[in-house]
Amino acid sequence: MEYMILLYSDESFEMPAPDTPEFGEFMGEWMAYNQKLIDGGHWVSGASLQPTTTATTVTKSFGAAPSITDGPYAETKEQLGGYYLVSAADLDEAIALAKEVPIPVGSFEVRPVAFRPDAA
Amino acid sequence: MSTADDVDAALTRLAREESGRVLALLARRLRDLDLADEAVQDALATAARRWPVDGIPNNPAAWLFTVARNRAIDRLRREASLRRRTLTAAPDLVRAADDGPMIPDPTGTDAMILEPDEQPLADDQLRLMLLCCHPALDRDTQVALTLRLVGGLTTAEIAAGLLVQEATLAQRIVRAKRKIRDAGIPLTIPVDLSERVDVVLGVLYLVFNEGYLSRSTDAVVRVDLVDEAIRLTQALADVVDDDPEVLGLLALERFHRARSATRTDHAGDLVLLDDQDRTRWDRHEIAAAERILVRAIRQMQPGPYQLQAVIARHHAVACTAADTDWPSIVAAYRQLVAMTDSPVARLNHAVAVAMADGAHAGLAELERVDGLDRYHLYHATRAELLHRAGRPAEAADAFAVAISLTGNEAERRHLTRRRRAVLGA
Repeated sequence: MEYMILLYSDESFEMPAPDTPEFGEFMGEWMAYNQKLIDGGHWVSGASLQPTTTATTVTKSFGAAPSITDGPYAETKEQLGGYYLVSAADLDEAIALAKEVPIPVGSFEVRPVAFRPDAA
Repeated sequence: MSTADDVDAALTRLAREESGRVLALLARRLRDLDLADEAVQDALATAARRWPVDGIPNNPAAWLFTVARNRAIDRLRREASLRRRTLTAAPDLVRAADDGPMIPDPTGTDAMILEPDEQPLADDQLRLMLLCCHPALDRDTQVALTLRLVGGLTTAEIAAGLLVQEATLAQRIVRAKRKIRDAGIPLTIPVDLSERVDVVLGVLYLVFNEGYLSRSTDAVVRVDLVDEAIRLTQALADVVDDDPEVLGLLALERFHRARSATRTDHAGDLVLLDDQDRTRWDRHEIAAAERILVRAIRQMQPGPYQLQAVIARHHAVACTAADTDWPSIVAAYRQLVAMTDSPVARLNHAVAVAMADGAHAGLAELERVDGLDRYHLYHATRAELLHRAGRPAEAADAFAVAISLTGNEAERRHLTRRRRAVLGA
């Protein structure tokens, strides 16, 4: 089965500055995690998003013209910051993968994919 | 010739003792919980129809398995033939449907491995319990599913036991089965087994408490959740051999059951531990609970359920209320508080301290309990201690708060009586 892991975390959490040893370690963890997904045959796709300050929301309502607003869909303490789309045998395996996402504080929603037109 | 009562008893036993095991086996073989459950429910309905006429079969469990297995295979054949016909007419539709949950091919190996005389494995039962108590399901759902699928209770019986609407409960079970299927919750023994067994214990403890506290006498369908919890805990103990916390919960439940006949009077009113007729406590049940507790404690891995069983044992073996070994109970509660940091454990610790060292010491401990403002037993306890400390007006106020917070009729009557007694004194 395929599962989407939606990564919610506090985006005000400071990332280490580039060219510091902490940054190297930070990126290393993500690269290792991505490699693990690839090596385990779990990788389908994944991306990190720019912060919600760059977000624009398009809202449609029956018949009315779509409205465009500045900002994310929901103002919450933790924001959607990225996602992984993984292939896993079952929910337990998907949860195990989600537990290892290298974000120290956050919530990761695991949802089964219903249908993906470009699936092999 | 068996009487109607014999048949009724055999049907109940079939549902409670055998249906969970048969379901566990079928679900593993078919890799489809819903199909397996439907087949078992069909077979139970067939038993209710046929047994009064044909008599009780010699081996009811084998009968149930065979009938359920045949039902499942029939349905798979029907679906397969429908699928073949659809495949000819609309191949696209079939391919899209194949992305959904897998339907095993009944003409292939999946159906063939359903041997007519196959026995459920101990692991099947454990897998089913772990599935019903999967952390991806919420607590109410875990309880409902466990009672329904493992315990073999009907939705009407569960609804009556938990005091919820039957429609609500049925809806909860349907949603849960849908999530299990659609989210791919597996029927497996996980690597983090002990963590997952803890969840099962939490569910069984809740079932036990529901039964213990809310023993409803006015419900039309009566089911004793205390007995159900004990049966399911025993079943879990059988499959995770000698897990000390599982044995601890089992011992705890049985110490409590030994006293259950004396917990209420003829009018259904609560009788406090101090006032219970100890000669009517079930000595055999207490002895059985002690043997289970010894098996747990020998393993030297203390845990919250074992500690609660130790406390229950201190009460069960005291010949009179005055003989109770309160200092040992205080010590056990102190360990329990250290282990769980639970406010309810703190509350009980305060009660034990009051018994060991007096009401003033107990009240001082009670001041240190946080987060139970909405819990009626916190206020009831405070009321009793205030009363014993010679502060009747404050005691009456605390009883009033407790009365306003309890949802249980017998408890409300008891607290109202106590409040009147305190004011009259």
